[in-house]
Amino acid sequence: MAVTATRIAKSLTGVLGRSFSTSRVAAANQLTVRDALNSALDEEMERDENVFLMGEEVAQYDGAYKVSRGLWKKYGDQRVIDTPITEAGFAGIAVGAALGGLRPVCEFMTFNFSMQAIDHVINSAAKTFYMSAGLLHVPIVFRGPNGAAAGVGAQHSQCFGAWYSHCPGLKVVSPYNSEDAKGLLKAAIRDPDPVVVLENELMYGTAFPVTDEVLSNEFVLPIGKAKIEREGSHITLVAHSRAVMVALEAATALAGEGVECEVINLRSLRPLDEETIVQSVIKTHNLVTVEQGWPQSGVGSEICARIVESPAFHYLDSPVIRVTGVDVPMPYAKSLEVACIPQQHDVVKAVKKVLKLIK
Amino acid sequence: MKMLTNILSSVLRPKGAAGQLWGQGSAALMWTDFWELSMRALAPFMTAVRGAGGSTNNEASFETRPYKLHRLDEPPQASTTCTRDDALLYYRQMQIIRRLESASGNLYKEKAVRGFCHLYSGQEAICVGIRGALRPEDSVITAYRDHGWAYVMGCSVVGVMAELTGRSQGVARGKGGSMHMYTKNFFGGNGIVGAQVPVGAGVALANKYLDRKAICVSLYGDGAANQGQLFEAYNMAKLMNLPAVFICENNGYGMGTSVDRASASVNYYTRGDYVPGIWIDGMDVLSVREALRYSIDYCTTGGPSGHGRGPLVLEVATYRYHGHSMSDPGTSYRTRDEIQEVRQTRDPIMLFKDQIVSAGLATAEELKKIDSEVRKEVDDAVKIAKTDKEIPIQELAADIYVNPQETTIRGCTPYDPYTHQRIRKVINLH
Repeated sequence: MAVTATRIAKSLTGVLGRSFSTSRVAAANQLTVRDALNSALDEEMERDENVFLMGEEVAQYDGAYKVSRGLWKKYGDQRVIDTPITEAGFAGIAVGAALGGLRPVCEFMTFNFSMQAIDHVINSAAKTFYMSAGLLHVPIVFRGPNGAAAGVGAQHSQCFGAWYSHCPGLKVVSPYNSEDAKGLLKAAIRDPDPVVVLENELMYGTAFPVTDEVLSNEFVLPIGKAKIEREGSHITLVAHSRAVMVALEAATALAGEGVECEVINLRSLRPLDEETIVQSVIKTHNLVTVEQGWPQSGVGSEICARIVESPAFHYLDSPVIRVTGVDVPMPYAKSLEVACIPQQHDVVKAVKKVLKLIK
Repeated sequence: MKMLTNILSSVLRPKGAAGQLWGQGSAALMWTDFWELSMRALAPFMTAVRGAGGSTNNEASFETRPYKLHRLDEPPQASTTCTRDDALLYYRQMQIIRRLESASGNLYKEKAVRGFCHLYSGQEAICVGIRGALRPEDSVITAYRDHGWAYVMGCSVVGVMAELTGRSQGVARGKGGSMHMYTKNFFGGNGIVGAQVPVGAGVALANKYLDRKAICVSLYGDGAANQGQLFEAYNMAKLMNLPAVFICENNGYGMGTSVDRASASVNYYTRGDYVPGIWIDGMDVLSVREALRYSIDYCTTGGPSGHGRGPLVLEVATYRYHGHSMSDPGTSYRTRDEIQEVRQTRDPIMLFKDQIVSAGLATAEELKKIDSEVRKEVDDAVKIAKTDKEIPIQELAADIYVNPQETTIRGCTPYDPYTHQRIRKVINLH
């Protein structure tokens, strides 16, 4: 009975964008992030024949990371397009297609390669609606894996969350789990504005339990709304993408020591759900941000600045602390790479320092 | 009698190497006077060919300027017909653009226009000629030398000039400025050199996908012609058989760098390599028009599916009288003599005027009347552009998103936020 009530509550609150994963319901459905993205693409392409996918290896190869598996077979050449390895060209073409009446999903094999096309993301896509004073919109999605993978070295490990979320005219989402991936990608495709979807390669293979609602073809999450993954009263942890996992692991470890962390999964970087963070900090009085990207001008910096400017500042018992990737290009050697990405112990240490549990 | 007119036109109409008028400088001017005198003398013998009730013809044939071809067997038509209505229209359009650009230059010097201002004077035959061939379903995208394009694609003179002065009646309500003018099927106005070309190929992709049987014309300059993303666009347009017409408006200079200093190959119509190309004399509006008619047919008929034979790369040889922008006098890298020579012997408006008057499509008097109408229209627009107000400050936060999830827009400080508004109707909603 209690189980059913919780599941109902979870379904209802899912739509509102805030739900509590403290339920101990073992959902019958396991869904990997990869399959979540795949079904989002499939469902949206089925729903609107103007939605199409383009990028390197998305069609006949089934996707470099198999995210688009089966789509070319189902939808054909016109709707799943293999591009040459020419990011500037095909990103520009995707923007033109959006201006001209279609809803392209432009994949970057990783967001590192988007740097070759970043002029189109920002100057051709993000700014056009404003420059035209509301005449021409660009309903485009740029998606692909972002941030560090495993052993891919400096040129293939950068997190672009800070750069893209810096720019007005864009929307930027950064899903963590399968529910996020599906709901946010569907929202992005349906959105009339340009949306950057920052996925994470290391999460593709991870399965998460999901409700039936998530599996439905109308499951859409609101852009700009964070989710409280775990409730707590001692300190707020804010993270996005794979760093949410690290924050949750740290929260579990800390719970064993009597520290209750509230873990917020940002889900979106622009708009940033400031209100959810503010309310949480007012409750807990302490804040640690966690991200894999570099510290300077990063997502954590933005959150800190916003909290300092908000009513929540006066509720802080200690300064906001950021846990970030190390301020170096990503090294290859395994132990170095691990040291460069925030681990559970980094978050635990930061929490204990902030709560003055350690000196 | 029509044959007589045609014979007279072709015999007496100046011919020569592409882009050269028969005779030069003051000799050419004398030639025009002689022609007008002759026409009046011959008038009584030509009454039979006059259109009913008027002193002009309804239609005339003209030879087009020779084209150069790349990977094509058939050139555009060697001759074309121009109706009186079209003749008057093209003349008026070119004069409006010439006048508008001159007025814009003056406004810039008065500091009523700020930032960038790139003038199209000298290149009018291109946008007018191309527009003369396009159908309503076709699209255009260009770079920052876009005032003439904005006008022919449907923006009003007031809309263009008020956008330059940043006022509310501007086509982008003053939020775009010189380089960012847009209207239906006209995707700007783009400030980043070369970026408009793949975007234009993308519009062509949409045209093909949605089976519109329409083309997208992507214009760029000789400076942009070396950009890598152009070649990426050519490649994908060819692979996907897109109805994309890439057009280089070659005015001889990329800012202050002449073509031979910037490009290892200055044959821009061949730079598409496996993409067929055509070189066109851009000072002859009817030659330009005919080349576009050919291109539309090429891109929308025939080919593997019957829906088009793929992209084309056109090069239109032209000249700009002004410098690259208002910050460039335009004389440090070329001589005043060179500019003068083009003005006197190859000016597209002068050439077209001679053609249509010689052919009896229009009289010099009625063209003078058009000139004064144009002058008035532009002068009136200048007045509005100078006196219209800017949009209210609050509107700086308008139309950032179609669907803003967040309506509070941060101001310079956290104390004075703006509210996102949606003001205009989206014209490409889908």
